[in-house]
Amino acid sequence: MDFVRNFPLFSILLPMVSGPISSVMSGKWAKRLNFAVVTVSGLLSVAALVYVLSTGEAYTYRMGAFPAPFGNEIRVGVLEAMTATFFCFVMLLSIVGGYRFTAVDVPEEKQNLYYIMLNLLLSSLLALIYTNDMFTGYVFIEINTIAACGLIMIRGWGRNLLAAIKYMIMSLLGSGLVLISLSILYGITGHLLMEQMHESVVKIMEQGTYTEPLTVAVGLFCVGIAIKSALFPFHSWLPDAYGYSTCASSAILSSLVSKGYIFLLIKFFYRVIGTDIIHQIQVDDVLFVFGIAGMVFGSVSAIQQTDVSRMIAFSSVAQIGYIYMGFGLNTEAGMIASIFHILAHAAGKSMLFISLNSLSDGTWEYANYRRLRGAAYRHRIAGLGFAVGSLSMVGIPLLAGFTSKVYYAKAAFGVGSTYKMLIALVALAISTILNAMYFIGQLINIYTPLVVEPEPGKVRHATATRIAVFMFIIVNFVLGMGSEPVFRWIQTGLAQFK
Amino acid sequence: MSRIRKNYENSFAHRFLVFVKGDKPLPEEDHVEEWRNRVAEVKETERTENANYIELAETDPYEDAKRFAQMSGVKVFRKIYYVLAVLMCLMIIGMLIMNVMYMPRFGSAETPTNNEVAERYLEKGSEETGVVNTVTGMILQYRAFDTFGETNVLFVAACSVMILLFRKTEPEKAPRKGKRKRKDAAAGNAPEGPSVSTADGQTEAPSCVWPPAMDTEEMEPAPDVILQNVARVVVPLIFLFGLYILLNGHLSPGGGFSGGAVIGAGLILYNAAFGFRATRRFFDEKVYDIIKVGSLCLYALIIAYYLFTGANGIASVVPLGRLGTILSSGLILPINLLVGLEVACTMYAFYALFRRGTF
Repeated sequence: MDFVRNFPLFSILLPMVSGPISSVMSGKWAKRLNFAVVTVSGLLSVAALVYVLSTGEAYTYRMGAFPAPFGNEIRVGVLEAMTATFFCFVMLLSIVGGYRFTAVDVPEEKQNLYYIMLNLLLSSLLALIYTNDMFTGYVFIEINTIAACGLIMIRGWGRNLLAAIKYMIMSLLGSGLVLISLSILYGITGHLLMEQMHESVVKIMEQGTYTEPLTVAVGLFCVGIAIKSALFPFHSWLPDAYGYSTCASSAILSSLVSKGYIFLLIKFFYRVIGTDIIHQIQVDDVLFVFGIAGMVFGSVSAIQQTDVSRMIAFSSVAQIGYIYMGFGLNTEAGMIASIFHILAHAAGKSMLFISLNSLSDGTWEYANYRRLRGAAYRHRIAGLGFAVGSLSMVGIPLLAGFTSKVYYAKAAFGVGSTYKMLIALVALAISTILNAMYFIGQLINIYTPLVVEPEPGKVRHATATRIAVFMFIIVNFVLGMGSEPVFRWIQTGLAQFK
Repeated sequence: MSRIRKNYENSFAHRFLVFVKGDKPLPEEDHVEEWRNRVAEVKETERTENANYIELAETDPYEDAKRFAQMSGVKVFRKIYYVLAVLMCLMIIGMLIMNVMYMPRFGSAETPTNNEVAERYLEKGSEETGVVNTVTGMILQYRAFDTFGETNVLFVAACSVMILLFRKTEPEKAPRKGKRKRKDAAAGNAPEGPSVSTADGQTEAPSCVWPPAMDTEEMEPAPDVILQNVARVVVPLIFLFGLYILLNGHLSPGGGFSGGAVIGAGLILYNAAFGFRATRRFFDEKVYDIIKVGSLCLYALIIAYYLFTGANGIASVVPLGRLGTILSSGLILPINLLVGLEVACTMYAFYALFRRGTF
C-alpha cells in the first residue's frame, strides 16, 4: 500500500491532537501551532488529491484492524480530496485575515481556547468530508456544532451570547433529528457503513417491506441538515451568529461550517440512499421548493438590513437556497452546479466578511451602512475585496458566482419537467436582480467620495489581512475563469461516488 | 545592505504604499485652513443628512399601520405562532409514532439488525479483541475512531464552558497590556460588565465585555458537619468503586466513560463537603491541565498507532493476554484508563467552572 494513502487519516488526527496541546500554550504559540496545523493538513490533502487523480479511482481506508461492515472506514476520492484541500485553504486565509481582529476581540487569556476551537473545527470538517460511516459522521457533526458555538460566543458581547444560545438550540434540534434518522436507518438496514446501507436500502425498495420508515428517515435527515445549514425557513439563528462574531469566526462559519454538513448530505444522497430512490420518494421536490423560497426570501430580508454585516449574513441564506435548489433538480448537472456553488460561495463570502471587518474599522464597531460611506478610500484592498466579492455574489462575468450561475442555468435546461425548468430559471433571474439591488447599492455607498472621519486611533491596517483579501480575490478570479478543471474533478468525483 | 534612497517621498513605491493604506498626504502649511474647512464641511453634510433621516423616520407615513402592528398585531401573531408550533410538534410526534408501527419488531429474530455484523461481534469479539465485555470491545476496537471522536466531544465541550465561565482570579496578575478599557476600569471611570444592547444595535459596546474577575472564595457556604462526616466515609469508597469500574471495563459492564463519571462524582462530593481550598491541595488548574493534556495526547497516540497498523496490515506488538484476567485485551485497558481520567477531570471541571469560574 502506498504511504500517501495514510495522509487523509493524518490530516484528521493532526488538528485533533493539536487541540489538547494548545490548551496549555499561550495564545501566541497556539496561534503559531494552529497556522502550522492548518497548513500541513492542507498540504496532506493536496498530496491525497494528486495521488487520487494519478490513480484515477477512489479508495477506502480501513480505520483499524477490522474490515468494512465491522469497523470504521474513510473513503478518499477526487471530490473528497478536492473539497478538503479547498476547505483547508479557505480556513487558512480566513484565520490569517482575521488575526488583527482576533487579537482585539478575544481576551488574551482565552486566545488559546479560540485556536483549540479552530483546530477541532478543521478536524471535524475533514472527518465529515472523508467519512464512509454514518455514525462517524454524526460524532463529528457534534464536534462541529460545539466548536462553532465556541467561535460565536468568544467575542463576549451580549449579542454574541444570545446568538450562541440561538445557534445551540437550533443546531441541537438538527443534530437530534439526524440522530433519530440514523437510528431508524440502522433499525431497518442493520448497518452503519455507507456501502452496506445502500445495498440494504436497495433491497428494501425492491421488497417494499420498510419503505415508510425509510421515507421518514430520509426526511428527518434532510430536515436536520437543513436546520444546521440554515435553509430558508430554518435560518432564524443565522444573521446574529454570522453578523456579530469576530472576523475569522464569521468568515469560517459562513463559508465552511454549513458546507461541511451539506457535503455529508451529498454523500447521503449518492452513497447511502441513491439518487433514484430520492426521486422515487420525492424528497428532491421538497428541497427544490425550499431552495427556491430561500433564494428569494433570503435576498428580500437582506435588502431590509441597515447593518451591512447582517446584510451579508442574510445573503448567505439566499446562497444556501441556490445549493439546495441544485439538489432539488436531482440531475448530475444540478449536483455539479451545487458543488461548484459551495466552492464559489465559500471563496466569496469569507472574503466579504474579512473585507467588511476591515472597512468598518473606525466606525465605532458597527457596520451600519451610513458609517461605511466612503470607507473604501480608507482601506483600498478591503474595498477591492468587497467589490469583487459582491460582484461575484451578484454574478458578474469572470467571477466565480457567474460561473456557478451558468452551471445552474445549464442544469435547469437539462431537467425533464418543464415546470421545474421554468421555475428554476425565473428564480435565478429574480434572485440575481435582488442580489444586485443590495450589493451594488452597498458598493456605491462605500465608493462614495464622502469621507466620514474615522474614530481616532481605531483604523487598523494589517498586512496579514491585505494578503488574505488579495489571495481571495485571486481565488475568485481563478474559479471564475478557469473553472474547467474544477468542473471535471467534480464530475469524476461524483462518478466515483456510485 | 540596502542603501537609503534619497527623495523617497516622491518615489513610486512610497506613493503606492500611501494609496494602499489610504493615508492622506500631510497638508502643507498654507492648506491647513482649507483642509479644516473641508473636514467641517463633510461633518456638516453628515449632520444635516442625519437630521433629515431622523425627520423622515419621525414622520412615518405608515404610522397607523405600525401602531396597529405593535398594539394588537404582534399579539395576534404570537397566538397564531403558538398554535402553529404546538400543531407542528403534535404532527411530528404523530408521524414518529406511526413510523414505529412500521419498524421491525423489537427482539424478533428476523430484524435486519440481527445480521452478520452483530453475529461477529458476539461470537468472535472475545477472540479478536481479548475482552469478556463485548460492548467495550466494540466501542474501543471495532469502532475505535468513533469513540475517539466522542472523547474529543467532551474535551471541546469543556473548552466551550471555559470560554464562557473561566476567570483568572490570581490577584498578582497585572491588568492586560494594551487594553484601554481595563486601565480605565482600574481608575474607576468606565462601566464594566456586559453592555445591554438595544434592538437596533446602536449601543456603544466596548471591544470585550467579559465581567471582571471576582474572587468568590469568601462567598462559599460554611462547611456542613454532617456532609463532611458522610463524605469522609463515602468519598474513598466512591473513588475505589470508580477505579474498579475503570480497570474492569473489559471484563464486566463498565469502562472509561462510566468509571470516569463515578470518579468525577466523587471529586464533586469532596469539593462540596470540604470546599475549594481543600480540593486545591491535590487538584488545581495545573493538575487538571496535566491530566487533560496527558490523557488526550496519549489516547491520540494509541489510536494513531492502532489505526495506522490496522490499516496498513502491520501486526500489533501489544499482546492480547489471557482472556478474563485484568492485564489482558491489549490496548483496551490503557485506553479505558485514559478515557476515565479525561471524563473525571471534565466532570469536575464543569462543576468548578459553573460554581466559581475557576479551580
